[in-house]
Amino acid sequence: MAKYLAKRIFYLVLTLFIVITVTFFLMKLLPGTPLTNQAKLSKSQIALIYQQYGLDKPVWQQYLLYLAGAVRGDFGTSFQFSDQPVSYLISSRIGPSLQIGLQAMIIGVLLGIIIGAFGAMKQNTWIDTSATVVSILGISIPSFVLAVLLQYYLGLKAGWFPIAEWGGFIYTVLPTLALGATPLAESARFVRTEMVDVLSSDYIELAKAKGLSKAGVIYHHALRNSLIPLITIVGPLAVNIMTGSMVVENIFSIPGIGEQFVKSVLTNDYPTIMGLTIVYSFMLCVVLLITDILYGIVDPRIRITGKAN
Amino acid sequence: MDNEKDILEVRNLEVNFKTYAGDVKAIRNVSFDLRKGETLAIVGESGSGKSVTTRTIMGLNARNADIVNGSIMYKNEDLLKKSDKDMEGIRGQDIAEIFQDPMTSLDPTMRIGRQIAEPLMIHKGMKKEKALAQALEMMKLVGITDAENRINDYPHQFSGGMRQRIVIAIALVNYPEILIADEPTTALDVTIQAQILHLMKELQDKISTSIIFITHDLGVVAGMADRVAVMYAGQIVEYGTVDEIFYNPKHPYTWGLLSSMPTLDTKSDVLPSIPGTPPDLLDPPAGDAFAARNEYALKIDSQRQPPFFKVSDTHYAATWLLHPDAPKVTPPAQIVARQKKFAQMQQELFKQQQQSHRVEEEEEQQ
Repeated sequence: MAKYLAKRIFYLVLTLFIVITVTFFLMKLLPGTPLTNQAKLSKSQIALIYQQYGLDKPVWQQYLLYLAGAVRGDFGTSFQFSDQPVSYLISSRIGPSLQIGLQAMIIGVLLGIIIGAFGAMKQNTWIDTSATVVSILGISIPSFVLAVLLQYYLGLKAGWFPIAEWGGFIYTVLPTLALGATPLAESARFVRTEMVDVLSSDYIELAKAKGLSKAGVIYHHALRNSLIPLITIVGPLAVNIMTGSMVVENIFSIPGIGEQFVKSVLTNDYPTIMGLTIVYSFMLCVVLLITDILYGIVDPRIRITGKAN
Repeated sequence: MDNEKDILEVRNLEVNFKTYAGDVKAIRNVSFDLRKGETLAIVGESGSGKSVTTRTIMGLNARNADIVNGSIMYKNEDLLKKSDKDMEGIRGQDIAEIFQDPMTSLDPTMRIGRQIAEPLMIHKGMKKEKALAQALEMMKLVGITDAENRINDYPHQFSGGMRQRIVIAIALVNYPEILIADEPTTALDVTIQAQILHLMKELQDKISTSIIFITHDLGVVAGMADRVAVMYAGQIVEYGTVDEIFYNPKHPYTWGLLSSMPTLDTKSDVLPSIPGTPPDLLDPPAGDAFAARNEYALKIDSQRQPPFFKVSDTHYAATWLLHPDAPKVTPPAQIVARQKKFAQMQQELFKQQQQSHRVEEEEEQQ
């Protein structure tokens, strides 16, 4: 296990290095400079600022400097907020993003499992059909459209939830719903397919032949076997939530990293873009690592360290 | 119950499957008895209704199955009239089943000890520890070596033969009155087949259970069964003791089945087979369902279904050839050879019995 973990962590570092490299050069290809909109600055002023931030050097030098800094844990200072180091900017804003992301993930997947399982158990009934409709809607409606609809109907019309503020838990409800719709739909669809498959398998037949009740068959045999493959889509779902959060956080004015990321791209805030890209990549790598380890724990057939037979 | 010795009596069973094309008449008026402690083999090709029959007994038919008629009497009660809840109490307790493919019939994510212990926990209300202890005994009984260390293993850590032993352990852990074995050796290679069959025989004596053995492999039937029922197109066409079916078959379909099985005496290069395919059970033919494939078919075969004609007290066959007015036909050469061999064997058996009788008497005198 330790050997496996060490290997995975090595790959994680390698992945981050590649991400940093690719993003750095892509970012430099973006049109404009951090000072594009500041028309009032004179050429000498601009040159001075460039020098101050090291932007006057050739790109490959900037890249090496950035790498050298990143290795030491120094991700530079934001261009937008001149006093704030990128690390502080991110750490002060990651809380709301993590909260909404995790809430959306957990609620979405749990509800998805329930809806998918019921759909499979009541195959080809109105319950199954409604479950399918919910999944199709959830997959086809983008989170930002859903966000606006939720704001309008549940926020403005019904007045149940605040629309675009940030405070306590009540403020997280609508963004969570908007972000959670896709994980819900994807996992409902996935669980239904898996469960229909599992329910027609021989070991379910044997479980019935043992005299287990319907609920017993589902609980003891069908559920675990149909949920295991769900772990494989947790990674892609996490990506979905991360990208969705960039738009949804903007719509709900949530002071999170998604909102910050969009702002930084619009203003060519290089250090912040780089810092946030690294954070997103890191989170994704960790999610994938966790799912791989989880898979081994819940499925005895692919245990990483098992008794050799 | 008509007969004290019977543990299960299936009468006039008719099962249809509702499909978009119409009702598929999968079981058409099937009746048979299962005696206490015996092995009854149900033989027939794919789609003849063997598995549907056993599924109906277990109450595990697919949702579109419609039991049109019949009764299945077990301990003076009709299983077909029982509620789902009652059937749950009977499955795995009174009637257990072994399935065809051991590679897929075990839950891949549950330890095998727990899987064997489950019927005990459900039906006997045992606590997990006690049930696992009994599961361990069962593992030893079915011949799993090093059972103490393997009780916490998962199915994928076992070979096919071992997995089938585990499936047998699951089925027999509650000492059921009836064991339904649905082609239990079809998915295994021949040497393992022999082991599993041997094990089943051995356990049948220990546990004194009755077995309904479903198979299309006549070779397996010869070694396992006491009696044989031959099924074709949703009906039983002939039944009798294993010797009667193997050496004195009367139905042309049984002739066909036996002729298609090569024996050590087979000299011809051509393996005979039954021409044609079974009839479409959406719209079964009016007369004998086998008529279209039967080279010995009479005119009446395509008009009226033959009743069962009695061959001996234990042997019945549904073919018009047994009608007193029917023309005499000579069965295929292989069947004639079988009948001759049967006569020889019986003579030899008679001699052996006399000899052993003599030996016993001598021993007693000493």
